[in-house]
Amino acid sequence: MTDVVIIGCGVIGAAAAMELSRYDLDITVLERENDVAVGTTKANSAILHAGYDPKPGTLMARLNVRGSALAKEYCAALDVPYRQCGSMVLAFSEREIDTLRELLERGVKNGVPGLQILSGDEARAREPALAKTVLAALWAPTAAIVSPWELCLAFAETAVKNGASLRLNTAVTGLERRENGWLVHTNAGDMETRFVVNAAGVDSDTVHDMAAPHSFDIKPSRGEYYLLDKAEGTRVNTVVFQCPSERGKGVLVSPTVHGNLIVGPNAEGSDKHDLATTAQGLDFVRETAKLSVPSVDFSKSIRNFAGVRANTGRDDFLIGVAAPGFVDLAGICSPGLTSAPAIGEYAVELLAGEGLALRKKEKFIFERRRVRFKELSEAERQALVARDPAYGWVICRCETVTEGEILACLRAPIPPVSVDGVKRRVNAGMGRCQGGFCAPRVVEILSRELKVSPGEIVKDRAGMNILTEETKGGAAHV
Amino acid sequence: MYELIVVGGGPAGLAAACAAWENGLRSILIVERDRDLGGILNQCIHNGFGLTWFKEELTGPEYAHRFIEMLSQTGVEVRTDTMVLDVTPDLQVHMTGPATGYRIERAKSVILAMGCRERTRGAIGIPGTRPAGVYTAGAAQRYVNVEGWLPGKRVVILGSGDIGLIMARRMTLEGAKVLACVEVMPYSGGLTRNIVQCLQDFDIPLYLSHTVTQIRGRDRVEQVVVSQVDESRRPIPGTEMVFDCDTLLLSVGLIPENELTERAGVALDPRTKGALVYENMETSVPGIFTCGNVTHVHDLVDFVSAESQRAGAAAAKFVLQGPAAGESIALKNGFGVSYTVPQRVRPQNVEKAVNVFFRVNRIFGKNEIAVRAGERELCHFKRDRLAPGEMENITVPVKLLEDVTGEITVEIREV
Repeated sequence: MTDVVIIGCGVIGAAAAMELSRYDLDITVLERENDVAVGTTKANSAILHAGYDPKPGTLMARLNVRGSALAKEYCAALDVPYRQCGSMVLAFSEREIDTLRELLERGVKNGVPGLQILSGDEARAREPALAKTVLAALWAPTAAIVSPWELCLAFAETAVKNGASLRLNTAVTGLERRENGWLVHTNAGDMETRFVVNAAGVDSDTVHDMAAPHSFDIKPSRGEYYLLDKAEGTRVNTVVFQCPSERGKGVLVSPTVHGNLIVGPNAEGSDKHDLATTAQGLDFVRETAKLSVPSVDFSKSIRNFAGVRANTGRDDFLIGVAAPGFVDLAGICSPGLTSAPAIGEYAVELLAGEGLALRKKEKFIFERRRVRFKELSEAERQALVARDPAYGWVICRCETVTEGEILACLRAPIPPVSVDGVKRRVNAGMGRCQGGFCAPRVVEILSRELKVSPGEIVKDRAGMNILTEETKGGAAHV
Repeated sequence: MYELIVVGGGPAGLAAACAAWENGLRSILIVERDRDLGGILNQCIHNGFGLTWFKEELTGPEYAHRFIEMLSQTGVEVRTDTMVLDVTPDLQVHMTGPATGYRIERAKSVILAMGCRERTRGAIGIPGTRPAGVYTAGAAQRYVNVEGWLPGKRVVILGSGDIGLIMARRMTLEGAKVLACVEVMPYSGGLTRNIVQCLQDFDIPLYLSHTVTQIRGRDRVEQVVVSQVDESRRPIPGTEMVFDCDTLLLSVGLIPENELTERAGVALDPRTKGALVYENMETSVPGIFTCGNVTHVHDLVDFVSAESQRAGAAAAKFVLQGPAAGESIALKNGFGVSYTVPQRVRPQNVEKAVNVFFRVNRIFGKNEIAVRAGERELCHFKRDRLAPGEMENITVPVKLLEDVTGEITVEIREV
């Protein structure tokens, strides 16, 4: 019997697993997909919010502000791309200036440091590309940008390094209450555990209902985005929001830690797994973003995508003990990514309250480094290639990713099995050619290293095979 | 210190290096990021190459091989599997490869011949899901012709660029069903001969003024929706056709890969998306030349070879005799012309005539290509038909430019 089963390995499940792995516990994380970070975690704005949005006194407010501080510390310790670039909320009318004042007041109550209302000219002095129609802006210096999937991966890897076990391709099909815990039914067999953590993202309502009376519904909200070429990456240098409305935080324009510009999202009710973009949605995002930053050049678009947020229609996360030994980490909508490290901590507290005995590990491994060839100096590059020639072979031209980096991620605690899994770990295929040149190379490397036929290599999820059959002449044996 | 470093060992780099050797340079290095020389020609196993240059019909690898053979008769040094990461304005070339490690080489001249990349789904923003089964035509060509794997069985092709047309035939020959080729413009972007030989001969319908407006399918492409577009290329509601397919190939344009060119401080032309060049393919940075698809996207490799020879010879002249001299004349787009290469000409640096490549921005029937200085016509050339998919070139005798200053205009006149 394990101590804790965590259902779902997005950033929330991974954060809970990492925090629990500080203690002498037997932990298993179950993930339905073939990789971590593939739900809401991989498709969002990649922002760490300062914390002025949530209503004071809510769990969300507390976890947001705490999470923002922890994320900064954890990104440094675990080598996750992070930049504290600050954010602005723009006001275009007197009424919106009132909203900024409300946000400021809320932020102060929530304990957000450094908030300040700037005049339109002061805002434009910081961000020259802002529209002339901007009358004022709320400046939040602690807002940051992050690589969300790498944050999740770093948490999950840390958990695994500290003894947690991760089972991929394992979907929970039912939960049964037992005298001293739970019986977890999965598509890959049953397992017994003393405690269960529900971190199932957009499906957290379904998992909740397996263990406790129905009490909430996830009302998924789909958001569509543009990702623009690095040529547009410095159009703005801070996160630029518009005033929030009941539909969400609105369309933002922001740099990414990878050097691109991200623009979006809209917010449309959708199915839980509807990740399709729409012409109307993308038009809306473009037109709305231009109100903030008229000069964004959408002809430099390299990708569109959509993500689904686990909204519940309530003002707070749904975090708590739902049944004996069963903790919900549910309804994690924005600012879920920011709050994740604090939610992880809080999950431990809740489990302790349910009787989980916590004994700190003597040695908790809390470090992670990966080589990013592109960021090395000439001397470091020379030394690295001399030591391992695989670092001399550039596979992804646009992002300058070497074979050595791909081989290293294949030897990491949670190796990728897909082309997009490689992309999330080392950025190969994330650039302007979107894998046109490197995807065949990555397929070849995966096929060689995983010792499977190229026909079995998937783009992302299981079933997303890239190649269908050999040609009449047969596969080349390179 | 090399006399010349050529960045890229495709058709442009090969022809340029050979020409530089013939013109007297003896320390030349070609840096190629792939395993083999030849560039994209290596995956173009169809025929139709070399009709102009070699007066015979060759496949892509055969065409490349001719130049590789020629190169092997010279003392040109080649580094394959080596990627150039930076070219500085003072001609230092940073490169990395498993054999040589990270190296910085200096050169007296540099020829940039990196070719181009394909536009992607993200660049044109096709709405819908993001399943497996959406590939650029060139990536699919590599899977089929180099790796020996088919990327799908029921195919729709968006864009009628040449690679898309070639892949329509190639996929059909491999047993796939190509349901349609869809082109947003009212005319094809490819060569007429490819429309005939790759679509018509296989009864593959070509839908002009149509585009893909939605991709459906969770894990694998299941359907694409095709709509007719109006004159401003906006989809017309109510014209949707749904194709059941597992693959969408994109042949929606090529973009010269000029990231290194920009880092080297070379001025670019927004029309070609390549470097602004003089008559000898020299860029705005003395000693840096460019040729081939990195300069402007060509229709036939034969023209790449011709242009690249000019660049190679010019680099040799630059190293051995010093910089080219003389005042320059700018070439301007006139009616119907979307760009010219070169963009500037120094008559003093031209022996007999200037070869000007250009493309038109729509289809023309019987017409004349005119070159004028102000209101004065210098010369004109008669053509029966001009199409945007086909590159045009004219040869302007340099003596006509003798008393011209400032600029000349190339324009199309319908007759």
